[in-house]
Amino acid sequence: MTIDWSNFTPWSSLAGGILIGLATAVFLLFNGRIAGISGIVGGLLRPAKGDVAWRIAFVLGLLSAPVVYSLVTPLPQVRVEAGSTLLVVAGLLVGIGTRYGSGCTSGHGVCGLSRRSPRSLVATAAFMLAGFATVFVVRHLVG
Amino acid sequence: MQVIMALISGLLFGLGLILSGMTDPSKVIGFLDLAGNWDPSLAFVMGGAILVGSVAFRLAANRPKALLGDVMRLPTATKIDRRLVLGGITFGVGWGLAGYCPGPALASLAIGGFKPVLFVLAMLGGMLIFEALEKFSAANQQRTTPLR
Repeated sequence: MTIDWSNFTPWSSLAGGILIGLATAVFLLFNGRIAGISGIVGGLLRPAKGDVAWRIAFVLGLLSAPVVYSLVTPLPQVRVEAGSTLLVVAGLLVGIGTRYGSGCTSGHGVCGLSRRSPRSLVATAAFMLAGFATVFVVRHLVG
Repeated sequence: MQVIMALISGLLFGLGLILSGMTDPSKVIGFLDLAGNWDPSLAFVMGGAILVGSVAFRLAANRPKALLGDVMRLPTATKIDRRLVLGGITFGVGWGLAGYCPGPALASLAIGGFKPVLFVLAMLGGMLIFEALEKFSAANQQRTTPLR
């Protein structure tokens, strides 16, 4: 392992993380809910009465973030290496996996670890290890 | 009011994702590439988020109700089962393949061109497949449960 110092952004990443934490805090303390993105979106696919508006509002906030961001400062670069087929396969796996495992990086990783849930710790370990393993296979064994 | 706070939370969340670098899939894969040229930045994202999140959950622990009057809806499941682990692994493989997880993919819809759109459509497809499988297995269980 070598450290990629040229791409290392500890301060902006820490600041972004603190903003994500604040978003989680606002949603928890005001609305009493967990800011788990896959759960919020997944809930829209089995709509229940009175349970739709806040989900749409949260997603709209998320979608409008780049617009608001670009009013203040230029957006950072977006580099997508994956081709179309890989993106579709990855998307399907992320969709099925996050719903089957009841959460993603936000719900299990941020919220779950913040409230010290053993279940979320196991889920986070599972997806992190699988992510490490996948990149290892793609970049170093196949690629 | 609930809807407005949800909108604000989503917006803050998205701004944090963009500032942190999570909306750049190459950076995410750079973090997951332990054996290569490793970019540890995303550990700082998790660290910062959990730091603030921990305080929030401690504050929430003693409150029966949220500030807007709703009951606190915290997850009640505690079982560590096959679904949790297999679901996590499935998600992790997809995350490693493209460098997108659900939040950053949604926050990238307006900036990343067609690729995040394609990813999000496939992700929604995956979630619909999950819903269909759940319905199917629920119906199956009902059928195989003997009548009393």
